[in-house]
Amino acid sequence: MSQHVELNELPAIHGAMAEFETPEDLIAACERAYASGYRKMDAYAPMPVEGLAEAIGYKKNKVALAVLIGGSTGAIGGFTFLEWMAGIAYPHNVGGRPLNSWPSWIPITFECMILFSAITSLICVLAMNGLPQPYHPVFNVPEFARASIDRFFLCIESSDPKFRTEETLQFLRELGGSEVSVVPA
Amino acid sequence: MAVKNLNEPSLIPDPVIPDPGPDEILGPGHDYTSVTDRIAGVVYLPWKQTPKKWFVGAFIAFCFVNILALAVCYLFLKGVGIWGINIPVAWGFAIINFVWWIGIGHAGTLISAILFLLKQDWRTSVNRFSEAMTLFAVACAGMFPILHLGRPWLGYWLIPYPNSMWLWPQPRSPLEWDVFAVSTYGLTSLIFWYIGLIPDLATMRDTAPKLWQQKIYATFALGWRGSAIHWHRYQKAYLLLAGLATPLVLSVHTIVSFDFAVSQLPGWHTTIFPPYFVAGAVYSGFAMVLTLMIPLRAWYNMRDLVTMRHIEAACKLMLGVGLIVAYGYGLEAFFAWYSGDKYESYMYWNRVTGPYGWTYALLILCNILIPQALWSHKVRTNIVLVWMISIVINIGMWLERFVIVVTSLHRDFLPSSWGMYTPTKWDWATYAGTIGFFMLLIFLFVRALPSISIFEVREAVHHGKKHGEHELESATV
Repeated sequence: MSQHVELNELPAIHGAMAEFETPEDLIAACERAYASGYRKMDAYAPMPVEGLAEAIGYKKNKVALAVLIGGSTGAIGGFTFLEWMAGIAYPHNVGGRPLNSWPSWIPITFECMILFSAITSLICVLAMNGLPQPYHPVFNVPEFARASIDRFFLCIESSDPKFRTEETLQFLRELGGSEVSVVPA
Repeated sequence: MAVKNLNEPSLIPDPVIPDPGPDEILGPGHDYTSVTDRIAGVVYLPWKQTPKKWFVGAFIAFCFVNILALAVCYLFLKGVGIWGINIPVAWGFAIINFVWWIGIGHAGTLISAILFLLKQDWRTSVNRFSEAMTLFAVACAGMFPILHLGRPWLGYWLIPYPNSMWLWPQPRSPLEWDVFAVSTYGLTSLIFWYIGLIPDLATMRDTAPKLWQQKIYATFALGWRGSAIHWHRYQKAYLLLAGLATPLVLSVHTIVSFDFAVSQLPGWHTTIFPPYFVAGAVYSGFAMVLTLMIPLRAWYNMRDLVTMRHIEAACKLMLGVGLIVAYGYGLEAFFAWYSGDKYESYMYWNRVTGPYGWTYALLILCNILIPQALWSHKVRTNIVLVWMISIVINIGMWLERFVIVVTSLHRDFLPSSWGMYTPTKWDWATYAGTIGFFMLLIFLFVRALPSISIFEVREAVHHGKKHGEHELESATV
């Protein structure tokens, strides 16, 4: 990555950003940018837009796998813990029931599975997204405050091998973006 | 960061915005900016422009919170003897209110999770508010079993932890299952609610008129910037959470019903309890959503965001689950007769004609007879009638729990161990106090956070636009 920065000779630039009015314009721009060979870019929208992540070449995420692992851990861990708690740590005869009265563990096992899955989904959506992140260069662009309100942004990052400041800015203008600007790092 | 001056007097539109009618989930003429301004504007409203009713309501709720504090302090001093409970009715108001509150919470999860999975687009404007309602209702519910413990300061004994006596809770007991169910429910609802809030907190960070507000919202927004890849993961996580919350909500009230159904008591020991409890929970929850949402949308003039379409849909759902509840009542009577068990049939006979027979009659009136008016389209679109019916159902569902807890306990097997139950003023004070606590949290919530999910309404705007374009195209073709 450092090599590209040297090539560009502009280490203080995070990338080039353009603003769009509608999600459809943004998707079209992303697809054209991807077709032109740009790979290191990100699109920003004030709401989830279907097909936007795919347009910048992002296919799959690992959230479901992580939650599956979390949930399985919760279920197995919960069951094992109850087995140990009621069978080994504190063996107690309740109305002649066997110590391993496992059907009674099911409700708590189920709740543990849900709880662990929920906590995993929160942690992994934050961790995979790199949040909390107090500082990010895109916020240096004043117009970007509207990315959470009513505007759609495409940012081609300077770490992209194809990134040349002037050419990329020109390219973004050709895509129909308004407020095309350099994003200081 | 604030790009627009939102702090203008036009935040609550004047004159009154009309309701777009029962077919629309959003009023006409909305775009991404206007929905942001309107929903966030409610929060930024200067104190001087806050509706007077908000202050009156919040003040009354605050008074009731003080009553709650008083009742709880006195309980800590004297013990549960200040309540009307005794043998044979040892559960009384604490458990009635616990079940009532936790049931109310269930509509929030139903709206946010189950309707999300079923792709019901009308849920958008009401899910945030209902989720908040869930959280606050669970907070109220959680108080009662703890207060009922006798030594509430030892409530942590319910949680398995390595202690010096090497004593562990009893996982064969439904009461211990309940500890896990309710705490999982509370935590998962909190996570679901917070994940849903993050993008809106980012909006608040970027639009708040004052720096200190921006700082607070920025802290909780965690640096969310709306990246497409982030949204991709976010939606996956949200979908999974909805998929997890759906069986969770069913399991929680099922386990609550196990508290009753696993015992041997006539009137409790029945297999209909889990589905019947879940339906009842959803029933009361929808009633509470309507009770709160109808005044709120009027005070803040949000009739174009929470429309007649939402109210009608909630009414229909209420009618549907209400019939399941009625089926539950019917089956209880059937079991009493068909089982041939004399204790079971006496229990039912006593429920209808015994000393608490009037509560059963009122329950049938509130939960089955009056809500049938919702079959009529005219009633469903009459906002005052809907509001009144929703309150009637709230009362009816409370009576249902009273009937289940009190009439089953007060006369069980041996006539020598029968008794009567009368709630004391402290029972009423605690109950009214939690209603105040719940209302105060609701009042603070609408003042501090967007009570409608802004980004989801933006999606609705987007879909509406696309839909409009398609219509235009087909018209020109």
